[in-house]
Amino acid sequence: MDNDNNSSSDMNAAQSRLKQVNDPSGGSAVRAATSVGATSAMTMIQALRSAMDVMLERDDNVVVYGQDVGYFGGVFRCTEGLQKKYGTSRVFDAPISEGGIVGTAVGMGAYGLRPVVEIQFADYVYPATDQIVSEAARLRYRSVGDFTAPITIRMPCGGGIYGGQTHSQSPEAMFTQVCGLRTVMPSNPYDAKGLLIASIECDDPVIFLEPKRLYNGPFDGHHENPVVPWSKHPLGNVPEGYYTVPLDTAAIFRPGKALTVIAYGTMVYVSEAAAAESGVDAEIIDLRSIWPLDLETIVNSVKKTGRCVVVHEATRTSGFGAELVSLIQEHCFYHLEAPIERVAGWDTPYPHAQEWAYFPGPQRVAEAFKRAMEA
Amino acid sequence: MAPYEPLRLHVPEPTGRPGHDTDFSYLPLSEAGAVRRPPVDALATQTSDLAFTLIRVLDKDGNAVGPWAPDLDVATLRKGLRAMVKTRAFDARMQIAQRQKKMSFYMLSLGEEAISCAHAMALTDGDMCFPTYRQQGLLLARDDCNMVDMICQLFSNQNDPLKGRQLPVMYSSKKQGFFSISGNLATQVIQAVGWAMASAIKGDTKVASSWIGDGATAEADFHTGLTFAHVYRAPVILNVVNNQWAISTFQAIAGGEGTTFAARGVGCGIASLRVDGNDFLAVYAASQWALERARRNLGPTLIEWVTYRAGPHSTSDDPTKYRPANDVARFPLGDPIARLKQHLITLGAWSDAEHDALQKELEAEVTAAQKEAERHGTLADGHVRSPAEMFEDVYKVMPAHLRQQRQELGI
Repeated sequence: MDNDNNSSSDMNAAQSRLKQVNDPSGGSAVRAATSVGATSAMTMIQALRSAMDVMLERDDNVVVYGQDVGYFGGVFRCTEGLQKKYGTSRVFDAPISEGGIVGTAVGMGAYGLRPVVEIQFADYVYPATDQIVSEAARLRYRSVGDFTAPITIRMPCGGGIYGGQTHSQSPEAMFTQVCGLRTVMPSNPYDAKGLLIASIECDDPVIFLEPKRLYNGPFDGHHENPVVPWSKHPLGNVPEGYYTVPLDTAAIFRPGKALTVIAYGTMVYVSEAAAAESGVDAEIIDLRSIWPLDLETIVNSVKKTGRCVVVHEATRTSGFGAELVSLIQEHCFYHLEAPIERVAGWDTPYPHAQEWAYFPGPQRVAEAFKRAMEA
Repeated sequence: MAPYEPLRLHVPEPTGRPGHDTDFSYLPLSEAGAVRRPPVDALATQTSDLAFTLIRVLDKDGNAVGPWAPDLDVATLRKGLRAMVKTRAFDARMQIAQRQKKMSFYMLSLGEEAISCAHAMALTDGDMCFPTYRQQGLLLARDDCNMVDMICQLFSNQNDPLKGRQLPVMYSSKKQGFFSISGNLATQVIQAVGWAMASAIKGDTKVASSWIGDGATAEADFHTGLTFAHVYRAPVILNVVNNQWAISTFQAIAGGEGTTFAARGVGCGIASLRVDGNDFLAVYAASQWALERARRNLGPTLIEWVTYRAGPHSTSDDPTKYRPANDVARFPLGDPIARLKQHLITLGAWSDAEHDALQKELEAEVTAAQKEAERHGTLADGHVRSPAEMFEDVYKVMPAHLRQQRQELGI
């Protein structure tokens, strides 16, 4: 199977779901929902589980494993109940060895399976680096397609849970620099399920980053407020069956005219809060697929607004924002009316007790909006 | 009590270096036929002693002795000899071609031919090897061996099946059960275990066979491979080719001093054998034992093949700079081709004249294959694939940024 086979109705469904956020009438969204069957309120955890459930059901070659993934259902419960439903040979626990988890997945991919593996925290992925960078990413290339690694590597990322330096990182830029990988980060349950199904079906290896602060609700950076559950958010309404959200397609999360915000994951909601609080009519682009990138959506927006703020939670230097700023400069220079602003995590390890000083919250983003508007 | 002496760092050294002979008594040996052969369904723990002895079949006089002697007919033995002579002839010819700059680089398997050739003959079609770079015998021993394709890969020419993307010898041939060679060491061990797990998940009958040298067993992926193979009782053979040298580094630097590489398996609960890798019959018999075990859901086997790297690591190093030049002649396990030849002569099934004729025939076969491959170019004459192709196969479908970069290159 191949994500190129995504039908246009799937694509329309995804786009109209997003449109519904800003279009309470939701006309097209209703059609989208009927085209993919019944929907129900899901957290991002439930949506991810549903994606794996759907794919385990549809494709005998899909297997799911990782640390604590089998009997217990994962430390974040993303795989709860799947072992019971599909048996221990398709959903199982793995030794505490990220290199082993990814390395076996590469071998299974070469055999013809579609493994979906969980790295318990993105911070733990580094022992698997050689298997990801030198093996999974290059197997198709070096063997001229004789062998491939159609594997999906899921990992919770990002901070805001008092996880300290080893449970809070956002390592996406380490993967976007590797040719042959796809790097994906959903910001809501609807996209999480559709993107995960597309990733499992994709014949390229996919790094699937899950912003864990969004698992239970759209977190906007105001940590002093109670979490709004996904059940109260339109993007928490998720089709129960099969659908895909195409890889390498960004979403306009919030249309606007004053400036363009490029964000992904948790920063989508932080940027939304910053727009509301600053009164700047920001157009927020949710990348969803970080690489390969939907450059067209970005370029069209920046050419329209002439101002741009790039926001990510990962450390600033050599972060993915640097690539975004560079691309915008190459493609939109003569349309820019202000220097491009970057808001990111500081270039320090993710601190524990000081995490809200580290986290690029709505105030920092709003200040960048102000600088971009006043320049 | 005596006062403490200052602590000392122990850095292992080989017994021999250029100018003084190696003392090969560091290698525990057993007499041919002396090591017991447990049933294939023996518990892993019941093989522990076999990690410290040496399984040998051919004795000094060329007789096949003991419980490990495989029941092979003369035709099969001749086929094995042919595969080894072919591999050596191929290596010799390619070494010259490298000196003529027809390829950038080459790696001989000189002295290690029995291991890959006998193992290949014990495998079944559909099994998958995850080799490292000195197992060309796995391809050359096959009935469907395609020397022209192999040489086109070495020459990085127009017909290189890998389109010039890989260093010479980093072959890939799925249909011949030969996984793409990485070049990053040990990565293939855990992948072989994953492939074997997949075979078990699907209820298949195929097994995986992974390959690593003594030096690379120090990598994490080797140890991870042992753990996963044991945990999931994967149908995999974990081959460790102990040829004593990793470029200039003696096997003790990889952790071989005072123990064996087969012993690594014992601690992980894996059936483990230590085998004379220059004894074609022992290699065949041990491979067959491990394959039978894997195919009967009895789990993995680690096999240490004791051999000697008779040539340089690659065409880029000179071994006389770091080890005695007379090591090969003094190595106690001899030459695998000479030993199988002697066995066939002892059986009355071979002669020096036949051997010379075979040698000439295979040299001519290799020369003809090289000539055919050269029609499609060599690295020296620049008949390599178009750079436009270097943008393909990064992803299944070429993304926009790679299309744009290909345009920037102007092709």
